[in-house]
Amino acid sequence: MSDATVSEIALPRAPGKAGRYVYISGVVLLCAWVLIPLYLLLVNTLSSPETVNSFPKSFIPEFDLGSLEFFTGFSGMLVALKNSIIVAAITMVLSILIGAPAGYALSRFDFRGKELFRLLILLTRAFPLPLLALPLAVLFIRTGLDDTAFGLALVHTTLAIPFSVLITFSLFSGIPIELEEAAWTLGCNRVTAFQKVVLPLILPGITASAIFAFVISWNEVFAAAVLTIENRTLTAFLLQTLSESPLHLKFAGGFILVVPALIFIFAVRKYLFAMWGIANR
Amino acid sequence: MNARLLPYVLIAPVTAFLCVFFLYPFFLVAQQAFTTGNGFTMDNFREVVGYWKFPISMRNTFLLALAVVPIQLALSLLMATMVNKMKRGRDLVLYVWTIPLGISDLAAGIIWLAIFEQSGFLNSMLHGLGVVDQPTSFLSYQNLTVVFIAIMLAEIWRATAIMLVIIVAGIGLIPKEYYEAAEVFGASPWKRFVKVTLPLLRPSLQTALILRVVLAFEVFAVVAALGGSTFPVLMEQIYENQFLLQNSGTAAALALIVLAISIFFTLIILRALRVPKGATI
Amino acid sequence: MKLSAKLAGAVSGLSILLSAAAVSAETLFWSTQARPAEEAQAMRTDVLAGFGPGVDYQPNEEGPWLTRLKAEIEANSGSIGVLGSLHGVFSSLNADDLVDLDDLGVSSSSATFNNLAKLGTDNMQYVPWMQASYIMAANKEALQYLPEGADIDALTYDELIQWSANVHEAVGQPKFGFPAGPKGLKHRFFQGYLYPSYTNGVVRTFASDEAVTAWEKFKELWEHTNPASTNYNFLQEQLLSGDAWIVFDHTSRLAQAFNERPDDFVAFPAPAGPTGRGFMPVLAGVAIPKTAPNMDEAKELVKYLLQPETQIATLRATSFFPVVDVDLPDDLPPAVRAAGDAVAKMSGSSDANPGLLPAGLGSMGGDFNRVFVDTFERIVLAGQPIDRVLADQKKTLQKIMDETGAPCWAPDAPSEGACPVE
Repeated sequence: MSDATVSEIALPRAPGKAGRYVYISGVVLLCAWVLIPLYLLLVNTLSSPETVNSFPKSFIPEFDLGSLEFFTGFSGMLVALKNSIIVAAITMVLSILIGAPAGYALSRFDFRGKELFRLLILLTRAFPLPLLALPLAVLFIRTGLDDTAFGLALVHTTLAIPFSVLITFSLFSGIPIELEEAAWTLGCNRVTAFQKVVLPLILPGITASAIFAFVISWNEVFAAAVLTIENRTLTAFLLQTLSESPLHLKFAGGFILVVPALIFIFAVRKYLFAMWGIANR
Repeated sequence: MNARLLPYVLIAPVTAFLCVFFLYPFFLVAQQAFTTGNGFTMDNFREVVGYWKFPISMRNTFLLALAVVPIQLALSLLMATMVNKMKRGRDLVLYVWTIPLGISDLAAGIIWLAIFEQSGFLNSMLHGLGVVDQPTSFLSYQNLTVVFIAIMLAEIWRATAIMLVIIVAGIGLIPKEYYEAAEVFGASPWKRFVKVTLPLLRPSLQTALILRVVLAFEVFAVVAALGGSTFPVLMEQIYENQFLLQNSGTAAALALIVLAISIFFTLIILRALRVPKGATI
Repeated sequence: MKLSAKLAGAVSGLSILLSAAAVSAETLFWSTQARPAEEAQAMRTDVLAGFGPGVDYQPNEEGPWLTRLKAEIEANSGSIGVLGSLHGVFSSLNADDLVDLDDLGVSSSSATFNNLAKLGTDNMQYVPWMQASYIMAANKEALQYLPEGADIDALTYDELIQWSANVHEAVGQPKFGFPAGPKGLKHRFFQGYLYPSYTNGVVRTFASDEAVTAWEKFKELWEHTNPASTNYNFLQEQLLSGDAWIVFDHTSRLAQAFNERPDDFVAFPAPAGPTGRGFMPVLAGVAIPKTAPNMDEAKELVKYLLQPETQIATLRATSFFPVVDVDLPDDLPPAVRAAGDAVAKMSGSSDANPGLLPAGLGSMGGDFNRVFVDTFERIVLAGQPIDRVLADQKKTLQKIMDETGAPCWAPDAPSEGACPVE
């Protein structure tokens, strides 16, 4: 991208000045809408217990690190953090490896049982996990999957699969089959055509699925609390007792949980745009 | 590879996976809904439907989904178009808008409670501006409209990004040529949006809507944080039956009712936004 | 391609993981108590660190706690060594799934507690571990509005209502705080405090004329209750924030307020009604599931928890009081001192009317609590006529008593067979 200035944030056809102001202020407003609650979380995290409980509340953090320090002394935090990352990573990989082919099949082929298959995918999301946790835990204890990062990742993958299948499906549907066919005539086989033509196009979809898989796994509490003991995830470790902790720790703990997820989304954000779409502009 | 077999090969991994980690526990749980110790019975369903809070929870869950999902759809479409038109800084803006994805519903509940509670940030602000002398109680059982609006805002804040990410990934696939062609024929930006973007975005819209609606019927943590015991929802009733009353039969019955509702709405969305096979752009 | 390299990395990481399943010798202490971050940390570092073989203390909410326990029992193999929970939760479990603990030779100094711990069998199913109660607390700001002649250590419900009304009028806001949130312990107030104080019973007198009076009184009190109470679960938060000035809650759910600002608050006994000053204990116990991986060590841990020094350390960590005879040291945290005084005054008062914990309800304990919660929500929040609601809920209550066959407990008069709702 060139050294464009902010004023270049413009509609394709040169709009009136007023239109651009409306547009820019809309963007700013929506950013504020997202950021302000987060900022308040930060303010409370960086405040002393007295300030957190005071009224009227200050809107400027006083940079008291006491609440955060409490957690650095909390035994097992780092191990739990590591476990969380491992579980989320496995979930991400599994859900894409298993989900994307199905998304491709749904978009490219008409086959018997297609509707049924789609419903099955959705059912997974429409039934509360806490009820499924008991039979799953029994199964896991019997098979030795209990208390392993891999076992928990399997459950989280189940939760993430509807996202990965449906998102990749909608993305594949947007790519004309002719594009693939063209690649075949140019000497690619089905696999290389896929790799060279389709994969770059659906990278945003893969990224979106990956983000969902990561945050679903990262934020899942119930199964994590039931299925991990030694290998506790950070969420199971912190979040489920958070709502009962004193206010200042509530906010600090909440903040600690939010940060890794934000770093992850930040790291993958640019893949969210279709390369092709950008190249065409 | 045989083209008739290929789709089945592609969906086989997901199907096998879900059979073990979803269908197997699901059938075990669903079975409990129809038994009370002596054979097949509908007693569990009669019991949960006959409970005085059931109609209230049902109404609340529906009202909330009805109020939140359309706004989220409109908002995420708006945000996606805005971000798509940006030349500079769109990475960053999109990142900011997807931040709430990384925040679990429990943490979101904590954040929004800090805003709306009596000695919270909103009252602090109103107090600072001199609008009120004394902090008012927003989340009181006497004023359910305010409670409802608070829950709505928190849900819109928390879960719009789910739709946004899916739509952004989809919108990037729409070739620019279509817009250029539309422009040549003198279509206004609104016309281009309605005649080009919306139809071509159908697969992504469908996916985003279905996933969001299914999740909307499982709303719980944010509602519990802000609505307390005055705003019962279906998911809360499921938890209560399963863990407080320790009655897995009635809990499973309720979960099946929620499942049926979710399937019903999914089918409606599928019909309304039918995606033609091998959709061509 | 970058993506595939990342995938490959992740997959290889996965295989390393699968091979690294560590085995630990620590006893897993699976508890529903001492959940808040600070309490859990204190349990680990101050209470359990002294147990030689090592303890892995894991507090959980009741949902995951129960699910995990049930799964281990169903799979007949487990990793939980010791269970910590409330009497009510233990009584909802199947006594066969818990190991009989009589041969340990440890028990509480209260025969009543030891009897409750048998869960209706002949043997000890859990060992009483720690106890607490519910008390009142107030911001010192509120004291100036006490009705004339009222003694804060011997309040009546009428005086409490008047006091809250005075505060309401003076400050312009209702400042009574009540734990009516989803996780609040409101049902205990009705079962152990309001009903015994007005009807000298809980089950028998559920729909009596006296009960109607009790609910009318509570509605009066509710007039001066902060309407956000339906969001309150732990009233220490509202005490600290100033949203509520006069509150009722579990001693350990008030502790943080006293520990943080000991000079700003007072603790005092629950009020009295026409039939005395009703109050009720909280009893937590420790048990061993039959699937415990290392039975001997689990038993050692239970014994360790009942030692006087451990009990005092537990008191400091959780604000739950010992169940064995101990000499309390002088340097206890402010919350413990305040709560201890209030409970002592409550049980030592001339009009004390102590109630017992519900017994014999088995897995219907939750349904029993729901009767009281529903009654509260219908009468107070929904404003339905008291006698109609009571007549309605009475049927549900009777059904629970008939199904479980639970006999009456104090302060209800004893019954032959299932406790009748009169």
